[in-house]
This record gives sequence, C-alpha cells and structure tokens, in this order.
Amino acid sequence: MTFNPRVRQFFQASAGTLVLVAAWQIASYFFPHYLFPPVQDIFARTVRILVTWPELSQVLETAGRIFAGLTGAFILGSLLAIPIGRYPRIESYITPFLVFLQGIPALSWVIVAIIWFHGTEFRILFIMVITTLPAFTFQLLDSYRSMSKDLFEMTMSFRPSGWKLFRVLIVPTIVPGILTAWKINLGNAARVVVVAELVGATGGVGYELLRQQQLFDMAGALAWTIQLVLFVLVVQQVIVMIEKWLLRYRPISERAA
Amino acid sequence: MASEPLIRFREVTKEFSRPDGKGTFVAVNRLSFEIEKGEIVAVLGKTGCGKSTMFNLLAGLIEPTSGMLDITGHDPFKEFDFFRGKIGIVFQNDRLMPWRSAIDNVVLGLEILDVKREQAEVVAQRWLARLGLSGHEHDYPHALSGGMRQRVSIARAFAVEPEILLCDEPFSSLDEMTARDLRAEFVRLVKQSNKTAVFITHHINEAMEIGDRILVFHRPARIAFEARMDREAGAEQRKTIEDKILKVLSIDMPAAIAPGVES
Repeated sequence: MTFNPRVRQFFQASAGTLVLVAAWQIASYFFPHYLFPPVQDIFARTVRILVTWPELSQVLETAGRIFAGLTGAFILGSLLAIPIGRYPRIESYITPFLVFLQGIPALSWVIVAIIWFHGTEFRILFIMVITTLPAFTFQLLDSYRSMSKDLFEMTMSFRPSGWKLFRVLIVPTIVPGILTAWKINLGNAARVVVVAELVGATGGVGYELLRQQQLFDMAGALAWTIQLVLFVLVVQQVIVMIEKWLLRYRPISERAA
Repeated sequence: MASEPLIRFREVTKEFSRPDGKGTFVAVNRLSFEIEKGEIVAVLGKTGCGKSTMFNLLAGLIEPTSGMLDITGHDPFKEFDFFRGKIGIVFQNDRLMPWRSAIDNVVLGLEILDVKREQAEVVAQRWLARLGLSGHEHDYPHALSGGMRQRVSIARAFAVEPEILLCDEPFSSLDEMTARDLRAEFVRLVKQSNKTAVFITHHINEAMEIGDRILVFHRPARIAFEARMDREAGAEQRKTIEDKILKVLSIDMPAAIAPGVES
C-alpha cells in the first residue's frame, strides 16, 4: 500500500506528538488531574480559547508583540549588518557589543525594562528587540558575506548606483538569510515574549499563564501554551510558503523531492 | 578604420603587494598599446602572464600603479561612472544571477541604466532571439546548458549597446563545437554593430579566429609579439603566424623576449 508523500510526511511529523499525547493520557489515569489533566480537557480548553473572542484576543495581542519585536530587531539588525558587511572595520567595534548582548538573559532585560520604562507595551517591545537583535544581525551579516564575488564584479561592470546595487544584488542575495533568520528568531521570540508578559504585562499569553499558575490550573496552562505553539507553527508554515515562492529558482534534485 | 585610438595604454605598470607583506610583484610592466575603434584585439598569453590584470585595468576595477590608461580620453578607474553603459563585459563564466530568468538577466544592465521595463524587455527579447534562445526567455539559469548560459551572458553585455566589449576567456569552459559557433556569432555581432572588443584568451586558434590583431603577452604583461590578422588569409599564412606565436609563447620567461621574432 502506498501513501501520498504529503500524507506520509504528515504522519511522520505527528508520530512524536501522538506518542506524547498517549503517554500523557495514560498518566492522567494514574495521577491527580491537577497534575495530569485528561487530554480531552486540554483539547476543550484549547478550542475554547480559539472560539472565545476575549481569550483569542489575548493570543493575538501576544502575536502582535512578537511581530512588533521581530520587525524592530530585523530593521535594526539590517541597519547594523549591511554597514558592517560593507565596511569591515566597523565590525571590531559592533560585534563585541552584540556578543555581550547575547550573553544577557532575557529575564535580566525584563527587570531592566521594568525599572527603565513605564509603558507596558514599550517595555515588551524593548525586551523583544534587544534579545533578538544580535541573532538577526549575525544572520544577516552572514548572508551578506556569502554574496558571490563573481556576481558582485559582474554587477559592478554595469556601474550601478548604490541603491541599484542594493536592489538588484544585495537584497536577492540576503533573502534566504532573512527568511532563515525569521524562522529561527520566531521560536526565540515566542519564548521571550512569555517571560516578558509573565512579569510585566496585564494581557497576553504570558499573563494568562501566570493566572493559570495562580489558579493551579494545569489544563489552562497547557491550553495557553498550545496557543503559542500553534501560532509559531502557523507562522513557520507561512514563512516556508513565502520561501518556496521566493526561492523557486533553486533547482531541486528529483532524489530530494 | 578611424585613426584616433579609442583605448590607450601608455607605460602602464601595475604592482600588487605580496600576500606575505614582503614587497610587491609586478603584474603589468610598462605596457603600451593602442586600440582603434571597431577593432577586435585578441590578447594571448600563458596563464599568469597578466592578461586578467590588464583586463581589470581596462574595466576600471583596479588602478594603475604608474603610467596612463585612457578610454576615449577618460580614466576608467577615476571616472568609473562615466563609463556606465559604455563598457560591456563577458566573463569567463556566465555569472548569471540564479534568481533571474534568462530575460531578466539580459534586462539587468538596462535596468541599471534606467531603461523602462517594457522597452528593456523588447531589447532583451531581441538579443536572446539573435543568439538562438527564443523560447527560453523565462527559463532560470539552472535549466539552461553551459552554452546557452554563456549566450545569455553575451546577450546581457550586448543589450546595453556598449561602445567597448571586454571578454575574458568567455568560451573557455565550453565544448569545442559550441565555442566555435559562439566565436563566429561573436565576431559577426561585433562587426555588425561596429563595436570595439578586447578578447582575452589562451588558445591560439581562438585568438586567430576572433582577432583583427593579436597581442601576445609575456610575463609580466608586456607585448612580446603583435600580428595583424587578415580574415581572408590562406592556410599557409595563418600557419606562419601560428608558428611565430607558438615560438613566442614557448619562451615566455621573465624579462626575456623571443629571439628572432618581430616584436
């Protein structure tokens, strides 16, 4: 019996999750429900969040914060990476600072942001940007540096202006790196936003998780966590689709298909 | 042929620092020659004789250490932007942008020159058709053969209607049959449009097929032999020139000029 490759791929990807769900369900028979609530309870709570606007709006609030933070870090990262790539001397000044930033835990930034800033949204934006900025910068810099010398010389042979060079060569060269950077940072951002909301917000998934902890509601905590996981999965799929369309020029071996 | 030279090298020297930082090495040594409008000059020499350095000097990508180089009275390095649209380059490898289809690759130069998209596409389509690539306009480079890709790169260089074409061994990676076809096509296109071309090669036959004039370089890039080619010349005359070139090339030693040959 042969399966459609997409169906097979779906089953392969789901196998691990199904095993975990089954193990959880078995555990729910042996442990109190406040520790291991039944899968159907978690599922019901998850669906309820999705269909109840006040709850769904909390998820969207968190999603908005993730996007705002990632967009800010992407813009700043690009503004740093391109000059560093073009003028390598700048690197020795900026790179150590970015490495230093990378070493600071997200929680420390939460404390700093609470002390420094008043507005909740600005605090969270600051935390999101500062924690994802180094990774964005390094990934964009790597993509810039992978630019082909041959293609650069060929483009320069037409004597383009700086803007034209950026548009016809630099942007298409760094697009794959940009997409990879978004995919990687999306997961990081989802983790950081929860920490930021947990401590310093009055809404969003992180705030709801804090409430579930206070209520000792494991099913609720898991349902809110699942919202975030679903969000990351959906956005990852959207990025993959964009990637497939933008990088459609890449040859694919029949063996790899 | 016009009497006013289009390209002038006067005592041009190019030195590079050695990678270990200890001193310099001379890649081009007091090179002097002139090229007239409409001429195809084939530059021949062994690998490492400085042909590519001379090519990069002409393209304005590097600056001479001493001497004077001008194209239509302008310095290609210092007046880099002046030559926008005036110099077309065909490289050794096709250097096509993988994310652009064949037609978009040909459009590239026109796009940089701010030609309107519709107009640029018409020009690109015409050049692709002239080079036998009709029907492949929307193919990506990976779907084209080596010969087809090189044709696209030739179309890209010609599409901007440059006055001067610089070619750095553009057919060296192709099979002989494809290379022969492209050589003939190249000469026809250059002559038809009355362009001036500098064609670098390390194949004697290629230089003789393409060039109106052949310059044979010895290390470090200086002219050891020069021959004017007559396209109508008989086999015997061509054989004589070929033998002379072979003799010059066989004794390419630093600071040595082939004895007994005209230089």
